[in-house]
Amino acid sequence: MLAIPVLIGILFITFVLNRLIPGDPCRAMLGEKATDEVCDAFFKRYGLDQPMIVQFGYYLGRVVTGDLGDSMRFGRPVTDMLMERLPVTIELALLSLLVATIVGVILGVVAAYWQNSPVDLFTMIFANLGVSIPVFVLGLLSAYLFAVILKDTPFSLPPSGRLTAGVRVQPIAVAWGMEDLSGLPRGLLDFFSQMYVINGAVTLNWKLFSDASRHLILPVIVLSTIPMSVIARMTRSSLLEVMNLDYMRTARAKGLNERNVVFRHAMRNALLPVVTVVGLSLGGLLSGAVLTETIFGLTGVGRTMFDAISSRDYGVIQGFTLVIAFTYVAVNLLVDVSYAVLDPRIRLS
Amino acid sequence: MSTTTATPSAAVEPIFNTKPRGLWSTALRRLFHRRSAIIGMIILGSLILIAIFAPVLATHDPTKSLIGIEDVQKRAAPCIHLLGCPADQPQHFFGLDGNVRDLYSRILYGSRLSLMVGIISVGFAIVIGATLGAISGYMGGYTDNLVMGFMDILLAFPSLILAIAIVTVLGPGLINTLLAIGIVSIPVYARIMRSSVLSIKQQDYVMADRSIGVPSGRILFGNILPNALTPLVVQGTLGIAVAILDAAALSFLGLGAQPPTPEWGSMIGQERNQVFTAPHLIIFPGIALILTVLGFNLLGDGLRDALDVRQRS
Repeated sequence: MLAIPVLIGILFITFVLNRLIPGDPCRAMLGEKATDEVCDAFFKRYGLDQPMIVQFGYYLGRVVTGDLGDSMRFGRPVTDMLMERLPVTIELALLSLLVATIVGVILGVVAAYWQNSPVDLFTMIFANLGVSIPVFVLGLLSAYLFAVILKDTPFSLPPSGRLTAGVRVQPIAVAWGMEDLSGLPRGLLDFFSQMYVINGAVTLNWKLFSDASRHLILPVIVLSTIPMSVIARMTRSSLLEVMNLDYMRTARAKGLNERNVVFRHAMRNALLPVVTVVGLSLGGLLSGAVLTETIFGLTGVGRTMFDAISSRDYGVIQGFTLVIAFTYVAVNLLVDVSYAVLDPRIRLS
Repeated sequence: MSTTTATPSAAVEPIFNTKPRGLWSTALRRLFHRRSAIIGMIILGSLILIAIFAPVLATHDPTKSLIGIEDVQKRAAPCIHLLGCPADQPQHFFGLDGNVRDLYSRILYGSRLSLMVGIISVGFAIVIGATLGAISGYMGGYTDNLVMGFMDILLAFPSLILAIAIVTVLGPGLINTLLAIGIVSIPVYARIMRSSVLSIKQQDYVMADRSIGVPSGRILFGNILPNALTPLVVQGTLGIAVAILDAAALSFLGLGAQPPTPEWGSMIGQERNQVFTAPHLIIFPGIALILTVLGFNLLGDGLRDALDVRQRS
């Protein structure tokens, strides 16, 4: 597997970056007044007196067992914080990716189908602007539009937070009457419980579902704009390229109507490169999540990263960077695999 | 005896009397036929002029607070006399920021920073990336595996996240932001350069050079590099747009340019909690950023079409 050396490389880079951080880790952890003896003991305990390569070995061992170190600011294991905040980001990122893909493909197809028409022009202007607007500008301006200008209209949307005060959240396990569940199944259910939209849907808690969804509309719009634009452009150009191929002429020549030609023959092949773009967008989504969550006050991975940056909480920055990079690699692998599934030429060669 | 009819040389009239055009002049002609590319060039042209003449166009000192100098309030809305603002109030085209500084002048000066950040960080990334990619593609073997393996690892990080991690280590600041964004962009150029070199390496004229014993360095830098330049130029132009966005995002998060530097991202970051009461502090720097990034994107797309660069992966 090609991904394994890359994963080890990622570990190595996060390790090195962490070691390069200026300052004394002992005094940063235990306070300025720590004596030399205390610090020696500290170094011994965490293996910091060992050669770098041995330290890297320790680090690998810890990461493999799920120990990403502690947050200096909160004095909690980074892994615990991740388990709490990852669901928020996953929910946001997946919803954004879904919206971006559906709307992006529709826009791209429409633009290609009516090439050079005003619809095409409008779509391409939108796509060009979409990749040029900084996420944080779009976020702040849409918050202003929906929370201030449209305040007393039905279109008003909450500019921050995940829920309105007073809306209750129950863990899924409790709602399903499975309080005595423990171990991995319970852990998984608790993980999904943090995704409020899913929680509301599976526990039939309509109030939670609608309120959580309303809070997610703006972040999803903001986060999905860039991938949506990229997907729309890719779909359009890929479809236009396919439309000029020989088998398209054959399809037309045998008398198929244009709609069938486009949707049955062109789309299947045109969507292949789009799959790659969808997968690659995830990196941008994770980067964008830092900004989106910061603006909309969502306590996900991105927001935690931002807080950790502000307070120089290196353990958290390192652990979260690692997890984000791992996710990214996993998704890219998934894209490669799906490519083989979708394209017989790759599968059979 | 064979009768050979000599072709009269006068019959071989050149069909076109024009000289064959080079790649760049053809590209330039095509570029001027594309509406979006022209819009991009107009935007960037104006931006460069604004950056050069910022001291002339600015009405105030971009970093100096007007407290005690003018009778104004902080975060005051724009006041333009021509548009009906009372004449006894001091004129500020884009209003004032939280430290009572003239926003219009700050935005003008900000164009210098954004252009600088984009061009320098991408320039840095191209020089290092192209060199690594060229060496990697030309040498092949272990060198290739090592260099490209490292590039794959860098590519495995989402760019902004890696830039954040690097700036955290180096410490916040504009120069470190430049460096971080440069480092993060290296793999893209290395890959492009490598694939160009790989295809050009097989061309007959390179083989010819090799067979007469031209040293590797001269083949690489004299013959291969100039021919691999087109995709780099296209990607570089689009890369500047990304670099400006990333730099603005880092500044927005407080990691890039530090106050009172008039950087668009940091201007928005500092006033982000005031969006509901003083939206002009977000809107004007936001528009400046959008236009700049749009300009580079449009020009980059135009160049790609004009130079007919096919995506090589």
